[in-house]
Amino acid sequence: MGFAGIAVGAAMAGLRPICEFMTFNFSMQAIDQVINSAAKTYYMSGGLQNVPIVFRGPNGASAGVAAQHSQCFAAWYGHCPGLKVVSPWNAEDAKGLIKSAIRDNNPVVMLENELMYGVAFEFPQEAQSKDFLIPIGKAKIERQGTHITVVAHSRPVGHCVEAAAVLAKEGIECEVINMRTIRPMDIETIEASVMKTNHLVTVEGGWPQFGVGAEICARIMEGPAFNFLDAPAVRVTGTDVPMPYAKILEDNCVPQVKDIIFAIKKTLNI
Amino acid sequence: MRKMLAAVSRVLSGAAQKPASRVLVGSRNFANDATFEIKKCDLHRLEEGPPVTTVLTREDGLRYYRMMQTVRRMELKADQLYKQKIIRGFCHLCDGQEACCVGMEAGINPTDHLITAYRAHGFTFTRGLSVREILAELTGRRGGCAKGKGGSMHMYAKNFYGGNGIVGAQGQIFEAYNMAALWKLPCIFICENNRYGMGTSVERAAASTDYYKRGDFIPGMRVDGMDVLCVREATKFAAAHCRAGKGPILMELQTYRYHGHSMSDPGVSYRTREEIQEVRSKSDPIMLLKDRMVNSNLASVEELKEIDVEVRKEIEDAAQFATADPEPPLEELGYHIYSNEPPFEVRGANQWIKFKSIS
Repeated sequence: MGFAGIAVGAAMAGLRPICEFMTFNFSMQAIDQVINSAAKTYYMSGGLQNVPIVFRGPNGASAGVAAQHSQCFAAWYGHCPGLKVVSPWNAEDAKGLIKSAIRDNNPVVMLENELMYGVAFEFPQEAQSKDFLIPIGKAKIERQGTHITVVAHSRPVGHCVEAAAVLAKEGIECEVINMRTIRPMDIETIEASVMKTNHLVTVEGGWPQFGVGAEICARIMEGPAFNFLDAPAVRVTGTDVPMPYAKILEDNCVPQVKDIIFAIKKTLNI
Repeated sequence: MRKMLAAVSRVLSGAAQKPASRVLVGSRNFANDATFEIKKCDLHRLEEGPPVTTVLTREDGLRYYRMMQTVRRMELKADQLYKQKIIRGFCHLCDGQEACCVGMEAGINPTDHLITAYRAHGFTFTRGLSVREILAELTGRRGGCAKGKGGSMHMYAKNFYGGNGIVGAQGQIFEAYNMAALWKLPCIFICENNRYGMGTSVERAAASTDYYKRGDFIPGMRVDGMDVLCVREATKFAAAHCRAGKGPILMELQTYRYHGHSMSDPGVSYRTREEIQEVRSKSDPIMLLKDRMVNSNLASVEELKEIDVEVRKEIEDAAQFATADPEPPLEELGYHIYSNEPPFEVRGANQWIKFKSIS
């Protein structure tokens, strides 16, 4: 609460601070500053006071860190008007999104992932420029496909790409969408994809109730893509329990590649 | 004189290590108790503090020695198991700080309530759990005190509320001070000041390092946290203060941790090895108690060595159990979400995976 408040104050006074939480689990202690002092201020002031701050840090499950250190905050922060929320998957996402977040004049929450810090990726040439930006609010199609749309954010994107590779051998072509931004959500990219493939699976690390996948499904129903669905949309999520410590239990509380493959086949009625 | 006796005793105990016939400790006459001087506590808003001398009985001394040695060996075993990757995730060890948990427990009743942060293994033991249950929890097995579901920072026992992982909101303690003082709650606030918050020294982190004064309107004491007797007397004093209806009180225990903040921290990037070594050689709590007991004929070196051997065995057995015990059953993944609730279904990674939840 202390340093988060100092950071918000600095942003209000004209600086562009980056407030780093050791993990977002600790942000729960400071969440009043994030929501009430940062997110809502531009609105409450009638457009007078903006808060150009970035909150960043690892989010979600790690390895064996148990219940109080494994929570995913995508749904919590994604719920709030006034906040922008981004969730990078690979190295290019991380670089492009942090730059966009800093240059944005609004409070941005960047949900990173501790297990992804150590994963190496091919870094495209244009990403090496210091002005390489990834626009906030735009998803990326990581893999083209025709049979089913699979949407994810953060580390699960990698699991979806893996699942797609396995299924390609069986002749099932998945279109994998990397959300990159949770809020404002790029529902148009998802809709266009669903209108092409007629099937939808969402994948996230967080708990199922009131989660990212739930929001995607609701919005699909409200838009043009609903009439193109040949089966109900399916969500793959974290298991609905506080994260247990024992390895065998923890492994069954985060979505695995096999769970994604199972959900895809169920949706396609295979 | 005392230092000379200590030095002589160390030399003699070194000589006694040579393999020979076992000394029959039973035939020796020990003192029943001895009186020791303990450091005077710095006081804040207190007219008088804990006594500066205390009587230690042979029985209590042996018990404190065994408890501290058990905590020490248990933590070192946890270090070993962590390096073997049998313990995962977080592991915050308290070796060096044994006088705190053992001394505190000696000053309170089992019916008193205790809560702490993540450096909790020592307290879990002194509050009554076995080394077996603690190590098995660290290794994530069904024989663990939280059935393998909690891990290092989430161990509970009767009148012990953990083990908590999220700390660092300084404002909360001041709010707690305020309400405790307003309502005269019988609460002892304890700061185990081991000189560092993770990797930041207290001088760099705190505008005032006189933690015992920071309760402001709450009286406080600064205690030698490396001396189990000093901790015991201070705790007794603080408990008596609360039980007399005088309201809350603060204790700052000046102590030291040999390990880094956690097993991910080597602990030498923000402090020197010389500093660690100095504390180990001059202020080790187990050594301090041992020297006192040997020098005042409360126990013999051999007897204490026997305790060391027994403790080692206890830890070995517990580690064996903790490594061999199976992991919790998958069917119980969903158990214990709510208390006192009829069974319900818990959603897994997708809508077709379901776990049963019972209270």
